[in-house]
Amino acid sequence: MIHFVLLISRQGKVRLTKWYSPYSQKERTKVIRELSGLILTRGPKLCNFVEWRGLRVVYKRYASLYFCMCIDEDDNELEILEIIHHYVEVLDRYFGSVCELDLIYNFHKAYFILDELLIAGELQEPSKRTVTRLVAAQDSLVETAKEQTSSITNIIAQAAK
Amino acid sequence: MGSQGGFYQSKEFLDLVKSIGEARSKAEEDRIVLNEIETLKRRISEPDIPKRKMKEYIIRLVYIEMLGHDASFGYIHAVKMTHDDSLLVKRTGYLAVTLFLNEDHDLIILIVNTIQKDLKSDNYLVVCAALNAVCKLINEETIPAVLPQVMELLAHPKEAVRKKAIMALHRFYQKSPSSVSHLVSNFRKRLCDNDPGVMGATLCPLFELIARDVNSYKDLVISFVSILKQVAERRLSKAYDCHQMPAPFIQIKLLKILALLGSGDKQASENMYTVVGDIFRKCDSSSNIGNAVLYECICCVSSIYPNPKLLESAADVISRFLKSDSHNLKYMGIDALGRLIKISPEIAEQHQLAVIDCLEDPDDTLKRKTFELLYKMTKSTNVEVIVDRMIDYMISISDNHYKTEIASRCVELAEQFAPSNQWFIQTMNRVFEHAGDLVNIKVAHSLMRLIAEGFGEDDDNADSKLRSSAVESYLRILGEPKLPSVFLQVICWVLGEYGTADGMFSASDITGKLCDVAEAYSNDETVKAYATTALMKIYAFEIAARRKVDMLPECQSLMEELLASHSTDLQQRAYELQAVIGLDAHAVECIMPSDASCEDIEVDRDLSFLNDYIQEAIEKGAQPYIPESERSGMLNISNFRNQDHHEASSHGLRFEAYELPKPALQSRIPQALIASTEIVPVPEPMYPRESYQTTMPSIPSDAGSAELKLRLEGVQKKWGRPTYTPATSTSNSTSQKTVNGTSQGDGASTVSSMRETYDSRKPQVEVSHEKQKLAASLFGGSSKTEKRPATGHKAAKASSHMVEKSHVPKSSMEVASDKAASAQQPPNLLDLGEPTATSTALQLDPFKQLEGLLDTTEVASAVNGAPAASVSPDIMALYVDTAAGIHNKNDADLLSGLSNPSVTNMPGTTAMPQVTQSSSKRPNPKDSLEKDALVRQMGVNPSSQNPNLFKDLLG
Repeated sequence: MIHFVLLISRQGKVRLTKWYSPYSQKERTKVIRELSGLILTRGPKLCNFVEWRGLRVVYKRYASLYFCMCIDEDDNELEILEIIHHYVEVLDRYFGSVCELDLIYNFHKAYFILDELLIAGELQEPSKRTVTRLVAAQDSLVETAKEQTSSITNIIAQAAK
Repeated sequence: MGSQGGFYQSKEFLDLVKSIGEARSKAEEDRIVLNEIETLKRRISEPDIPKRKMKEYIIRLVYIEMLGHDASFGYIHAVKMTHDDSLLVKRTGYLAVTLFLNEDHDLIILIVNTIQKDLKSDNYLVVCAALNAVCKLINEETIPAVLPQVMELLAHPKEAVRKKAIMALHRFYQKSPSSVSHLVSNFRKRLCDNDPGVMGATLCPLFELIARDVNSYKDLVISFVSILKQVAERRLSKAYDCHQMPAPFIQIKLLKILALLGSGDKQASENMYTVVGDIFRKCDSSSNIGNAVLYECICCVSSIYPNPKLLESAADVISRFLKSDSHNLKYMGIDALGRLIKISPEIAEQHQLAVIDCLEDPDDTLKRKTFELLYKMTKSTNVEVIVDRMIDYMISISDNHYKTEIASRCVELAEQFAPSNQWFIQTMNRVFEHAGDLVNIKVAHSLMRLIAEGFGEDDDNADSKLRSSAVESYLRILGEPKLPSVFLQVICWVLGEYGTADGMFSASDITGKLCDVAEAYSNDETVKAYATTALMKIYAFEIAARRKVDMLPECQSLMEELLASHSTDLQQRAYELQAVIGLDAHAVECIMPSDASCEDIEVDRDLSFLNDYIQEAIEKGAQPYIPESERSGMLNISNFRNQDHHEASSHGLRFEAYELPKPALQSRIPQALIASTEIVPVPEPMYPRESYQTTMPSIPSDAGSAELKLRLEGVQKKWGRPTYTPATSTSNSTSQKTVNGTSQGDGASTVSSMRETYDSRKPQVEVSHEKQKLAASLFGGSSKTEKRPATGHKAAKASSHMVEKSHVPKSSMEVASDKAASAQQPPNLLDLGEPTATSTALQLDPFKQLEGLLDTTEVASAVNGAPAASVSPDIMALYVDTAAGIHNKNDADLLSGLSNPSVTNMPGTTAMPQVTQSSSKRPNPKDSLEKDALVRQMGVNPSSQNPNLFKDLLG
């Protein structure tokens, strides 16, 4: 099971955190501090796994952003690495050549996408296409909702004239 | 899609993100966030905030919380937001509450109602949003409130909903197995779902169910095998493929399940051999995901009933992993090796040099994994080398968690395989000296016991030698500063017990040292207590030996201090010491017999020595003692307890009326008696596994009545009577000794068989002498080892840095930012100091100038793709030139990302991967330019210091 997902920039700034196991706010801060100390200092050729408090943290760097997932000891590290890549690919499809800036300003969207990919610490959907489609469906609903509100306000405005 | 990358938030929020990006220190960041918290606190409680505004506030709260600050003042607003009618707003509300609240938060009860309503919505997106929240927020108590709806959703027409409902049910099972134990059959049903996604999701709960109770799922072996076969034969839709691997995530889950089902079951395993063998053959070992599946195959093979052919394939894969340049694969290889050597120990030999390379690797993770492997293959022949290495490593690290683990492993191995007493004592000394405070106190106790009892042989002489060598080494070690408390306790005890036993050291030597200890560690009362008792023993032995006792002056002053100590324990020990010194030799001999720590003390449970006293009392008219079992009312108590226990196991509170008290007897039970029967059992924490066995008789699923009230039966009790498990910590040393004996025998026999296999092997050509020696000592003492190029590993290391440096700009955007680096040096990542208006920025902005170089002077036309047009032909040309034959391979390698060393090894060098990537995606330059323009509209400048922010993550 995945215990949490972290996105940290190379400067140690937090870009996204998602906790599937209960951690108090204090613990969270501590976890982030510990892990960024551990991961950001690792050289480029070392393995993408770190042992940490009896758990494993799988991380992967994309441009200046580190994607980290914490898993149990008996999970398959390579699989998690692939899940991370999976997430990045979905983000890429969604944003169109995703870059760190997209995630900084649209972190809530990154959360929505993550929610379609992982649930309760498990991979819920192995198909990228399905994830993209679901997120798009939600977005289009949001768009139509927006259009509706604007048209309603137009009507009201016209009626008020 | 590009439009979705736009930035909808208000200027204010963008400013916040910007200023945090610019913050140069944590303190500055904190200040900004605190400011923001103040603003939000004020704004969020204003009346009549428009929904859109509110939504933005909530997102800002999420941001604050993400940065590690407390946003709890706004939680209630997020909760309110989930009540909203529009999905747009509701979705944000749900997102915020799932991020803010843990399952035990008080506010959850306010959301349950909304969730119930949303689960019934006819818009499946609303249902999905609610199910996401269910997975995160619903706790034991609220499960019954949503369970009926979730059950209904299992048959929802939309597969996304079914999938989430399965996962929600899985979560319920994790939280409170008894609450859904009657619904488990639904997972089996969903296994046959038409949608592969739903089927795949069902494997998660099934895996967990099977892990807990293998036997009731043996009938599914055939189904799992046939599903796996179909997946491997690409019967699923292409959408589930991942780098030419058919549905690898489902394959991995299935292999995990098969590993459980086939473990120790020959018949079940035989069904699996063919399909696992097929997967071994079909797996593409050049991609990351292919290797993930292969690794899972090895795990499966090493878990099910062994099959020689599969073991061979597994061994092949392992050697491929270990020979790979990628650290990830080496790591997996070491891990897999650790699994396989349990079945076929001989496989380790051929990889000995690879293992030693990993052991000496600078990568800590790999090193630790290798230690784990060594731990698994320790025998009496190699224990010295392995433990020695482990301790060296233990000393070198500062991570306490791992230090503790490795220390306890050292102790375990040393106890099990120690070749000599001398070595054992020395090893323990090193462990204690460097990690003393981290080892379990039990380890210290077993060390003391071991020194007291010796190694079990009847040779008293050897035992006393062991003791004197211990005493000698301890006296030496005491000279070192700052020893851990646990170690000092052991030292004091041993010195007290055996310090003067062999006559090498005089009483004043030992007592002097003990006084020094008590003085040097005067804050540590336990050590002081140990030291005092040790002093008492030394003096007692002296008196018993009819020698003259002179108390050292420092000892006297220590006693004076302790006699007035605040700690009653220390005080008592000091008074006892004083009393013992005043006694004559014979009395002292009885109280403190020499070397009697192993003698059993016989406890007279009947207290027969008090008989006379009791007789006397009874004659004087005292009441005779009535044994507990014969006391009136006792029967009732036990009845009462049984009854009580029965109820407690169903739930903590009882709602039905209490029975009328039986008047006569119960009231006579003395209060204290009840208390004692209640308290005596040590409250051991109930382990989840145990509690599952006490699961309730299945609950009838009367959906109607259970709808609103909390269903409490079957919920794991929190406040009930703690179950008592007898402590089993009394590790008994005789059994340990027999283990020791037999395992030594085993070790010897395997070694001899190993030697035979070595001799038949080709002689080694060129491996450094040192490594050979190490290999020999680890793997059984032969210098003939398998040939392996010794250079590859080191050379690869040198080239490791190349990968990172070689970013070939793939789009005009990046060229621009690189140029900008030389043109201008703004200090930070998100330099926003530039004026916001594009018109004024025109002159200064190097980006604009570059765009100008590329095509027109107007941004608009640049955005419209002109530069993309001018760039892409080049890219394509490059691509055609170099990439023609190896496109596929490249693609696969890209997956392992920047850190994958194989990128450097490729022909066409570093430019290659990016080129292929960009050509396989949409035209990148256009995208980046669009984004760039957008960003600059907002006033964010792609500053030269951190062009990374704009870098395509997949690039």
